[in-house]
Amino acid sequence: MGKELRDTIKDITHRHLKKFKSQVFGQNLTGVGWVAGTLPKLFEKDGVIELPMADVAGGGIVTGSALMGKRPIYIIRYQGYNWFNCIFIVNYACKSNEIWRMPCPIMIRGIASEGSIGPVAGSAHISIVYKMPGLKIFSPMTNKEYINTYKKFIKSKDVFYISEHRHSYSNTSEFKNDIIGKKDIILMPISVTRFEAEKAKNELQQKGFKVGIIHLVNLKPFEIKQSWVKAIKKSKFGVLMTDNDYKDGILRVLAHKVYEKTNKNVSVIGLKDKSAGHHRKVDNLPPNKNDIVQMVKSIIKKK
Amino acid sequence: MKKNFTLTVFEKASVCRHFENEVFKRVSNREINFPVYLSAGQEYAPATIAGIVERKKIKPLIFGQHRGHSIYLSFGGNIVKLIKELKGKKDGCTYGMGGSLSIHSNEINMFGHDGFMGSNACIGTGACFSSKKPTIIFIGDAALEEDYVLASLSWVSKKKLPILFVVDDNNYAVLTKKDDRRDWKAKELAKAFKITSFDLKDDPKKIYNNINKYLFKKPMLINIHTNRIFWHAGAGKDKEKIFDRYLQQKKLLGKRGEIIDKKIGKKIKLLWEKS
Ligand SMILES: Cc1ncc(C[n+]2csc(CCOP(=O)(O)OP(=O)(O)O)c2C)c(N)n1
Repeated sequence: MGKELRDTIKDITHRHLKKFKSQVFGQNLTGVGWVAGTLPKLFEKDGVIELPMADVAGGGIVTGSALMGKRPIYIIRYQGYNWFNCIFIVNYACKSNEIWRMPCPIMIRGIASEGSIGPVAGSAHISIVYKMPGLKIFSPMTNKEYINTYKKFIKSKDVFYISEHRHSYSNTSEFKNDIIGKKDIILMPISVTRFEAEKAKNELQQKGFKVGIIHLVNLKPFEIKQSWVKAIKKSKFGVLMTDNDYKDGILRVLAHKVYEKTNKNVSVIGLKDKSAGHHRKVDNLPPNKNDIVQMVKSIIKKK
Repeated sequence: MKKNFTLTVFEKASVCRHFENEVFKRVSNREINFPVYLSAGQEYAPATIAGIVERKKIKPLIFGQHRGHSIYLSFGGNIVKLIKELKGKKDGCTYGMGGSLSIHSNEINMFGHDGFMGSNACIGTGACFSSKKPTIIFIGDAALEEDYVLASLSWVSKKKLPILFVVDDNNYAVLTKKDDRRDWKAKELAKAFKITSFDLKDDPKKIYNNINKYLFKKPMLINIHTNRIFWHAGAGKDKEKIFDRYLQQKKLLGKRGEIIDKKIGKKIKLLWEKS
């Protein structure tokens, strides 16, 4: 058995606290499952700081800590809290280097999750902060991806938003892009939908479809590699992007960027434009394998 | 209290007053055409606090709000750089990016404001928590009402941080009076959070006598009543007759006050013309 992502995050955090005499801020860190096992069992004297339930002020406090060069980590246990937690980060920390030439690097660990958990705690909510300048957004789902993202953070003067997903914490394997040859369609999944997209790809391939996949980790800045452009241009039906945020958020923006570079059709499938209820019957869940398979088939049929 | 404290504070206030008068002229004639937040009438709050801190040879972290000219100048910010900032020059204290609202200075540890009233309370609290450096947070009487400011006070108290909150109480949120906004006083609020607090006029001696001893030894909040002479933003007056602490102190200092006032006025006028 390989190392689970949760242990990688825990190790990174431990080393980060020691090396930079840094601080990890968040609510209910030490009491409630040590944030699903991603946090070393440390306390205030070691740099793990329990914030009070003052969500707006909390983001400001973390910003102040970052101004002092602490490179703090800020854990947002459910991404829906971004609405409160990120106000001062996106309006101060993210602008600080540009306006005041004061780097204010923060590593935000915003955690997405879903399934009968309601409209606030459920799903990813990075679209609400996506547009702000000075913010970098990543969504690593594997050990290597997380380590690479962290390495970038410690060299950077920017605020990093790491859009995590609870489902990925037990992940031990890596993902691989597949863009070799002429594909019928190329999937570009984000966050937890990457797991389902892989399954959908396999199923579709077994049925004779040629399906490529490009795993999206670096969401902002969104770099579209030349090899991706080539593969997409070569494909018959273009791209299907998948995400666990509302489809009219970041997903459409990224889809448009891909379209601009490739002139190919880029479809999206994310959360529906509706509020999630708590019961399974009324939830608003990210696309699963079947949804993705269906969508691919309908795109191909339409053409 | 040492004798020349009043004089030191007066000199600082004089710099602020003459600076604001020069800005007033340039806003009136549209040489400066972005929102400008003048602090004339309120300079005794920062000038006094800066005087006390200077005596203690402490260089605190300073988190001001939008009405920050007098804070910057009182704590020794380079005046030419502020003039250049208001002229939008790259070598201004905030590299021409900050205008009047967002004054920043590495030299005096003053951190720029983002435009969200009261954000500096949380950010200053975080900076103090992580650095344990003496910190001063200036906020307006209205910004104090922001929920996140209240939350910051609570945490400052819990963590016993070396912070001084200075509530620059000019009674107004733009033009809405305190009485129309709330029924509590800053001092009572701070007390509820177990923060040592004072409610004082902008009289330098009174401020000195009350805060000097425990400054930065425990969290403190001081609500200082001031009078805004000019509009909330821009160049104009809401009222003609208003108590003016600067003029009162000048009168108290007699001839000396007049000489300082004239000398500083002349110097600042020249600096504005040259910079
Ligand atoms: C979060 C936020 N809410 C509202 C405003 C609009 N606004 C700008 S200044 C101001 C009044 C601030 O009053 P106070 O804090 O007492 O400072 P003063 O202007 O009197 O110096 C308001 C309401 C703002 N800039 N930020």
